[in-house]
Amino acid sequence: MSDFRISRRGVLAGAAVLLASTAMPSFVFAQEPKKGGRLVVAADSEPRNLNPAIVASNGVFFVSSKVVEPLAEASFEGEDGLSPRLATSWEGSEDGKSVTFKLREGVTWHDGKPFTSADVAFSALQVWKPLQNLGRVVFKDLEAVETPDEHTAVFRFAKPTPFQLIRNALPALTAVLPKHVYDGSDIAANPANNAPIGTGPFTFAEHKAGEYYRLARNEAYWGENQPLLDEIIYRVLPDRAAAAGALEAEEVDLAAFSAVPLADLDRISKVPGIEVVTKGYEALTYQLIVEINHRRKELADLKVRQAIAHAIDKEFVVKTIFLGHAETATGPVPKNDKQFYTADVPGYAFDVAKANALLDEAGYPKGADGQRFSLKLLPAPYFNETKQFGAYLRQALAEVGITAELVNNDSAAHQKAVYTDHAFDLAVAPPVFRGDPAISTTILVQSGAPDGVPFSNQGGYKNADIDALIAKAAETLDAEARTKLYYEFQQKVAEDLPLINVADWGFITVARDTVKNVSNNPRWAVSNWADTWVEK
Amino acid sequence: MSGRTEGGAKERGLSFRPKSYRMNRALRLIRRRLLGALPVLLIVVVGSFLLLEAAPGDAVDAYAVSLGGDAGMIAALREAWGLDGTPFARLTAYLWSLLHLDLGQSVAFSRPVLDVVLERLPNTLLLMGAATALSFALGSALGIVAGSRPGSFRDRFLSIGSLALYAVPGFWLGLVLVVIFTVQLRWLPLSGMETIASGKTGFGRALDIARHLVLPVASLGFLYLALYLRMMRAGMAEVWRMDFVLAGRARGLSRSRIVLRHVARNALLPLVTMLGLQSAGMLGGSVVIESLFAIPGLGRLAQEAVGARDTPLLIGIILVSAVLVIAVNLLVDIAYAMLDPRVGAGEAQA
Repeated sequence: MSDFRISRRGVLAGAAVLLASTAMPSFVFAQEPKKGGRLVVAADSEPRNLNPAIVASNGVFFVSSKVVEPLAEASFEGEDGLSPRLATSWEGSEDGKSVTFKLREGVTWHDGKPFTSADVAFSALQVWKPLQNLGRVVFKDLEAVETPDEHTAVFRFAKPTPFQLIRNALPALTAVLPKHVYDGSDIAANPANNAPIGTGPFTFAEHKAGEYYRLARNEAYWGENQPLLDEIIYRVLPDRAAAAGALEAEEVDLAAFSAVPLADLDRISKVPGIEVVTKGYEALTYQLIVEINHRRKELADLKVRQAIAHAIDKEFVVKTIFLGHAETATGPVPKNDKQFYTADVPGYAFDVAKANALLDEAGYPKGADGQRFSLKLLPAPYFNETKQFGAYLRQALAEVGITAELVNNDSAAHQKAVYTDHAFDLAVAPPVFRGDPAISTTILVQSGAPDGVPFSNQGGYKNADIDALIAKAAETLDAEARTKLYYEFQQKVAEDLPLINVADWGFITVARDTVKNVSNNPRWAVSNWADTWVEK
Repeated sequence: MSGRTEGGAKERGLSFRPKSYRMNRALRLIRRRLLGALPVLLIVVVGSFLLLEAAPGDAVDAYAVSLGGDAGMIAALREAWGLDGTPFARLTAYLWSLLHLDLGQSVAFSRPVLDVVLERLPNTLLLMGAATALSFALGSALGIVAGSRPGSFRDRFLSIGSLALYAVPGFWLGLVLVVIFTVQLRWLPLSGMETIASGKTGFGRALDIARHLVLPVASLGFLYLALYLRMMRAGMAEVWRMDFVLAGRARGLSRSRIVLRHVARNALLPLVTMLGLQSAGMLGGSVVIESLFAIPGLGRLAQEAVGARDTPLLIGIILVSAVLVIAVNLLVDIAYAMLDPRVGAGEAQA
């Protein structure tokens, strides 16, 4: 990989310095961590299922990652970007058909039972592979998990599976569940899905619907002198304006995932005692993409798709919609990914004249009213930014003579319209890049996704070359060769535009400066917070 | 009192109605109103079912947003949640269970609807009750002040001031109050129903809840204050022109006695009607206020139920709210019958 590339982390860290300049000293000088205290965190939603082994999504992880642990967590310093959790080491075989995990000894579940390899085998075969949204893809060839002793688990795959992929999947996909709680029950309906039992530094104490979640210190946690906090409270604050007020009124210590709207950051960063932190989301990059329905005759034409790409001013989107807290995208892998990103792809500079020329060439001249054709545009309702980009895209398309009819739905209606009924021409989506293209990125363009699967190729796109490339990368064991294939994948996607990548963004954490060890790993908001402490 | 002849009163040879008669009248009124409420509730249930049915996407779609899943899994979920039948079959099944007083199972909470609703109901009742009491008491009191001398400076001041308050959106008023009293002055807590996991009990807890309710009750109550104020004032302005006020003056009654005993009392009746009507409006207004102040009440629950396409829960909420509104209106009718003997007399005899 090239060394001269400006890393996203560097840029964001720089931004953090500017934003939090008044509060920097507490960042710089290491202090002696203090034990005890309560951390109050703002939460904007209450997931209906809190089991991270079934629903691998950040909304669930935000609470449950402190209770249920994965085999390994993402790390800034660790080898391969990982630090051990329930597994202490992992090794892939030469033929790619097995991975051996050495498991941590002396770990107990919150109900006192010992943690063993049987729990890992059960979780992998009964939960991750058949039930988990991401595991269904990554662990599809997992055949068996052998448990030669209580602290060794050997994953056996039917087909060679790249060790690199398994490694990259460890933080998000491998939350381990207690076998003795789930075995023999209907796993999807187990009551522990709403009151999780894990091995993590905090136990699930209570949930008062509409008010708060309370996690309490796990006195028997395996980490030495961890956790530091006595308890974590997630206060449910559905109104986004309220989160900023709660921080200022010192009722909340921390708001992650941009719970404080971007527009308020400038103001709140000037409030004494409050820090704005942009670090800690490097492995949780969200991508702003335009999904395209290739069943529509006009959009099946590459020239039209190129024209749309040229009509979008990515710099403007980053500056105006994300207020600078994002980066322009060149393709399906974000610039901040150190393993897979390549800048060597066809680019689409903002060029209205070129877009118009391409549309003329494609055989869609402007009519008497200056319009070429009209499209139905459905922005996803999940983020302010996706909705705002929808409004921008409508204007940008109008500039090149394409009328876009904006259809704003709520989550359920959007899910049905786009992913089940395919009743859209263009849609705006925020998929997540999870450290390896094979986890949740290739399915955005691969053909053959069943109807109804969100964040998958539902646009009817089919490209045999790209499918073949994805299939080949899925069984290429050599990390370097596999990375090369993903370079090629990025080039092909940027060339043929099955979808248009516009920008990549991480989130912002706003915290009181009494909260220490914030954002010290690339998935911080969804990691276990065992070393987080508060100064009293 | 009334000059009309009436059986019971005549037999006993009384010129006014005894207490037992009044109680009877109230009971009959209740019975009639409750019978009349049944078709209303049925319309409410069927109407909200159809409305949710018309919204694109169902509970499984809402859930699939976070979970994903292939067609097989989605079909299995639909079956498990009883969403695979035709709308008609589901509606009849729902009505059948409703007939057995079973509100069904909430899809989003995986718990019985009644439990979920009853858990939130006290919060909403407390918020609504306090806000109604505030707007009614303060509104009518200020209305008396304004109406005691219609056209005076304080009348103009109060009328215009209340109108300005009424024109302000509830959430904006709430946000302004938060900025002043929570962020700047730090006098009052920002949100929630009570201090989280404080372990307070008894009086301490009641005080804690009261402190938390000050801002939401003020933001909700101030909006409706104007209605009562203006109604009281308008009613009084009208009563001032009545003959009996003139008669009172002629008899040399003091002004304050005329204002309170004669004018205000007669102008109060329409306000009681308003109280019943407003109970429905306040339920709607509480959605916004509950979200803003993070109060776990029915309004916010309804919003979540719509987002999750949780039909049984939403209908349960609407049903409970409808019962609430009907009950409040019934109480208002009874109060009205007590205050004004002419009201309901004909109905009670039928």
